Amino acid sequence: MVVPTLAEMNARGEKPEVLFWVGCAGSFDDRAKKITKAFVKILQKAEVSFAVLGTEESCSGDPAKRAGNEFLFQMQAMSNIEVLNAYEVTQIVTTCPHCFNTLKNEYPELGGNYQVMHHTQLLKKLVRAGKLRVEGDTFRGKRITFHDPCYLGRANSVYEAPRELLKKLDAELVEMRNCKSNGLCCGAGGAQMFKEPEAGNKDINIERTEQALEVQPDIIAAACPFCNTMMTDGVKNKEKEDLLPVKDIAELIAEAEDL
Amino acid sequence: MNLIPNVIFAVLLVVAVGIFTKNIRQIIANIQLGKSTDRTDQKSARWRNMARIALGQSKMVRRPVAGILHVVVYLGFILINIELLEIIVDGLLGTHRVFAPYLGSFYNFLIGSFEVLAFLVLVSVIVFWLRRNVLRIQRFWKAEMKGWPKLDADLILYFEIILMGLFLSMNATDALLQQLGAVHYQQAGYFPVSQYLMPLFDNLSESTLIVLERTFWWSHIIGIFIFLNYLYYSKHLHILLAFPNTFYANLMPKGAFRNNATVTQEVKLMLDPNADPYAAPTTEAEPDKFGASDVMDLNWVQLMNAYTCTECGRCTSVCPANQTGKKLSPRKIMMDTRDRLTEVGNQQRKKTGLSDGKQLLDDYISREELWACTSCNACTEACPVDIDPLSIIMDMRQYLVMEQSAAPSDLNAMMSNIENNGAPWPFNNQDRLLWAQEN
Repeated sequence: MVVPTLAEMNARGEKPEVLFWVGCAGSFDDRAKKITKAFVKILQKAEVSFAVLGTEESCSGDPAKRAGNEFLFQMQAMSNIEVLNAYEVTQIVTTCPHCFNTLKNEYPELGGNYQVMHHTQLLKKLVRAGKLRVEGDTFRGKRITFHDPCYLGRANSVYEAPRELLKKLDAELVEMRNCKSNGLCCGAGGAQMFKEPEAGNKDINIERTEQALEVQPDIIAAACPFCNTMMTDGVKNKEKEDLLPVKDIAELIAEAEDL
Repeated sequence: MNLIPNVIFAVLLVVAVGIFTKNIRQIIANIQLGKSTDRTDQKSARWRNMARIALGQSKMVRRPVAGILHVVVYLGFILINIELLEIIVDGLLGTHRVFAPYLGSFYNFLIGSFEVLAFLVLVSVIVFWLRRNVLRIQRFWKAEMKGWPKLDADLILYFEIILMGLFLSMNATDALLQQLGAVHYQQAGYFPVSQYLMPLFDNLSESTLIVLERTFWWSHIIGIFIFLNYLYYSKHLHILLAFPNTFYANLMPKGAFRNNATVTQEVKLMLDPNADPYAAPTTEAEPDKFGASDVMDLNWVQLMNAYTCTECGRCTSVCPANQTGKKLSPRKIMMDTRDRLTEVGNQQRKKTGLSDGKQLLDDYISREELWACTSCNACTEACPVDIDPLSIIMDMRQYLVMEQSAAPSDLNAMMSNIENNGAPWPFNNQDRLLWAQEN
């Protein structure tokens, strides 16, 4: 697929409306790359003017900050801000709630002021503006449960955008025992993604997967590449991977639209 | 006229309020050991936060059973304190039900409502006791609740049961004396609840009733004085601190973690090509240490949080790490911070200064607890008074990583990847856009 970079557009004297911040998972992780591509397909279908940073993108610094390395975080943040400001970026969309949170809440104080959206927020906007039509057939009547990412939900109070999109799929949205502000973490946050868990009697993703299984869904919808990995592992652990796919909302929409 | 009771009352009042004031000053002094942080912005939003969460108990009722019972006890506590005002005036002047002549039938309504409230409080407190001791709700039986915290929680309930019992008994005997037309016991008040206690005191002589009534009256007020001074030693300070705590709470989105300003200075200097690395240091003293290893490294809001915590354990019950058997309990983080702060405060008031060689890290809070946190904010969301255990965990992680280079090895690998190739995994940054070429 052809994905323009800011550098290329800049060389042509063009400026996109929105920067798609892909994130490390979205760039390198095999599972997350599928989400990235699904989202790009939707952006192209909806004729959104966008670009990516490509090799000029670097880690937002979130895992470093949550691990306690404020120094590394601020180094990352300030050099990213330098790049973003040089391109006069005003709007950013990202498929990763961790990048979303950091760019939105922790960059302004360091000189980076942008309008930052999670991809579900942008998709909701596109649907409402009539630029993106979501037809339901593929998922009609399917039971979908949505796992709230902590950094989208509790951290930033975004609960409705992903749900509104799922309802557009004509699917039956079934809520877990712990949802929205009471949502249970998948176990990846706070840099846990990159380390072994402390000793306990269960892994957090297993606990969360069990909560999902309680409502007998056909699909677990996620909105974060890390949650996606954790829930996928949880479903595998329960030997249900053939029956119960874990999909990002962008993937569901792309699939429904046959993109 | 015999003035001895009035004098005794005045002395008791002065002593009780005096000790209480001294203790509160100590708590304020301890909180001031924390670093400064500016929470004076958005005044109107702060007042609203306090009105909604502390005064309006909005986060309490998210768990309806405990929440509604708590609202009853809270309303009872506040409203019955109006009666306390009369008791104090009576005690000082030697009067009896001094407000009655001024308020007329409204007085009867007040006393009647206080009685109903006292009864509801009694019922609620008994249910609370049953929840703790018979239903044994899990969050009240976690490891950090062993010993004093458990006893403290029960003692508070016993206190309230006794105080409400004395209040109603006092009214019952008073009503009987009014019926007998005893001197000094004017006709006043309406006793919808204590009338049912009256049969207990039937057929007693006037003088016995007077002795009983006085005993209940004095025990009630002395009990309140004792309870007032018990606050300092107990988790119960939330009845006062919930208000400032919600006023000064963090109003940012929960995902916005404070940027460490000391680090910002250093990083700016490193990235600034015009900075002179050999420039003489500014007049400032040596730079602050990064992160927190003891209570003095935390800010005063975090320390106030610690004194505000009433150990309800809602945070711990929703913590994903705790739910899956890890050592971390956000409530314990707050209890440890408070206990360490009290310890530091006590030592600093002695001539020897801080000398126990202990610190919050390792001696109170273990590294294992700190590294188990997923930073998911379930604890801060659950806290009925906006306490923030997560910020303490993050400050302590900063100390571990930036002062001690003591992160778990997996995290060190992740961080060196970010440093070297701008991603938490060992991928080449030049490959960032490869996904676009794949199918």
